[in-house]
Amino acid sequence: MNDVRLTVNGVERHAAVEPRRTLADFLRDDLGLTGTHVGCEHGVCGACTVLVDGEPARSCLMLAVQADGLHVRTIEGLADADGSLSPVQEAFRDEHGFQCGFCTPGFLMTVEAFLAENPDPSDLEIREALSGNLCRCTGYDSIVAGVKLAAERLRSGVGVPA
Amino acid sequence: MFYGGRWSLCTLFSELSDCQARMKPAPFTYYAPESLDEALALRAEHAADSVLLSGGQSLVPMLNLRLSQPSVVIDLNRVQGLGGIAESNGGLAVGALTRQRTAERSSLVAERAPLLAKALPLIAHPAIRSRGTVGGSLAHCDPAAELPAVMLALDAKLVARSASGGERVIEAADFFEGFLTTSLREDEILTEVRVPGSPAGAGAAFHEVSRNHGAFAIVGAGCVVQAHEGTVEDVRLVFIGAGGTPMRARAAETALTGQPATAESFAAAARDAAAELEPSSDVHASATYRLNVAEVLARRALTEALEVSA
Repeated sequence: MNDVRLTVNGVERHAAVEPRRTLADFLRDDLGLTGTHVGCEHGVCGACTVLVDGEPARSCLMLAVQADGLHVRTIEGLADADGSLSPVQEAFRDEHGFQCGFCTPGFLMTVEAFLAENPDPSDLEIREALSGNLCRCTGYDSIVAGVKLAAERLRSGVGVPA
Repeated sequence: MFYGGRWSLCTLFSELSDCQARMKPAPFTYYAPESLDEALALRAEHAADSVLLSGGQSLVPMLNLRLSQPSVVIDLNRVQGLGGIAESNGGLAVGALTRQRTAERSSLVAERAPLLAKALPLIAHPAIRSRGTVGGSLAHCDPAAELPAVMLALDAKLVARSASGGERVIEAADFFEGFLTTSLREDEILTEVRVPGSPAGAGAAFHEVSRNHGAFAIVGAGCVVQAHEGTVEDVRLVFIGAGGTPMRARAAETALTGQPATAESFAAAARDAAAELEPSSDVHASATYRLNVAEVLARRALTEALEVSA
């Protein structure tokens, strides 16, 4: 077993893990953060996307031991402590950017990083940015609409919680 | 779970406990060396029993699916000095551990190696490129991958080190040997790739066809064109997904050099280049389809490269 110390959503966590444990399974099963979903578990579907030191990453393609000393942000870290949704979550809800919700954590984390880097994306840029995340319900249009709405609100500050 | 004749209650219980504990990869011993010397010593000791973990975007899927069951994993991510992009003789020295996303954002890469800059955004998705490394992709040597083709086109030199042999510099033309096979020896670690700078004014383009943006290329073509007063002075043309390795169209390059840079000469070069390819058929596309598309993509890439050249 290896010692892992990392920061998850601003909280320092410490655990002993087998080196073959993926970061996704570590988050879900060792830390109880089951908001990160595992779909394909080989890097195709994007459901397990989290932010590692601010960059989106597939948590199924990282070993938990590799996150030692790093900062991880998951879906649980998006909403405020009082439960109020983040601007991207709010916009997804307003545009019905999900149906069954299984892919949603991965989409939200992907979009969180994407809009931080590109606050005024074109439709094509949005679709390219989302191309690494699979959704089997929506047909994607409502997700794209959610990203556009989130981007508009974040740029204008209207509809964004203070 | 029946594995040949080795099925027993023990293996059954081990599988069950794996399922309960949610362990995707088979067990391995994990090392995370912090110095290159330490990593080289581990590589020398464990050789074929070990795998090197770089970005992990190809290796970890194979571990998760248990297609790869190494007894030792040597994680290079904590090794000091293996990442970073520096200027070198007018070109680039790219550390093997440089993340693809870092290279994609580098103004030095855009300036000195425009073909590399064009190819990087085509590799999978941002969440893959943020972990995936330049050296990892080269050492993995997938024939549909962009970076091996780029290095082949640019005559890059790949730097390998071993505990016993020190440094060895390998020409890209001698590095990519076959499907997932390079000339790296079992005790070697790829540490750096040296990319000659493209001449000022050279234009580059990389075109590919894939099932969706970011998916593996079914077939693709990349090129660098340098023209002066309407005449092709230098041209590099490579293909991916068109054989067991990235393929460079040397005969077509030679034939096009010195010719007028026109739609006709580019069409002829693309046709000649595609005629040399030997793609295979698979579930995604037939060989005939790949040949046809390769020719079209080569023509488009040559045309775009000329347009963006100065």
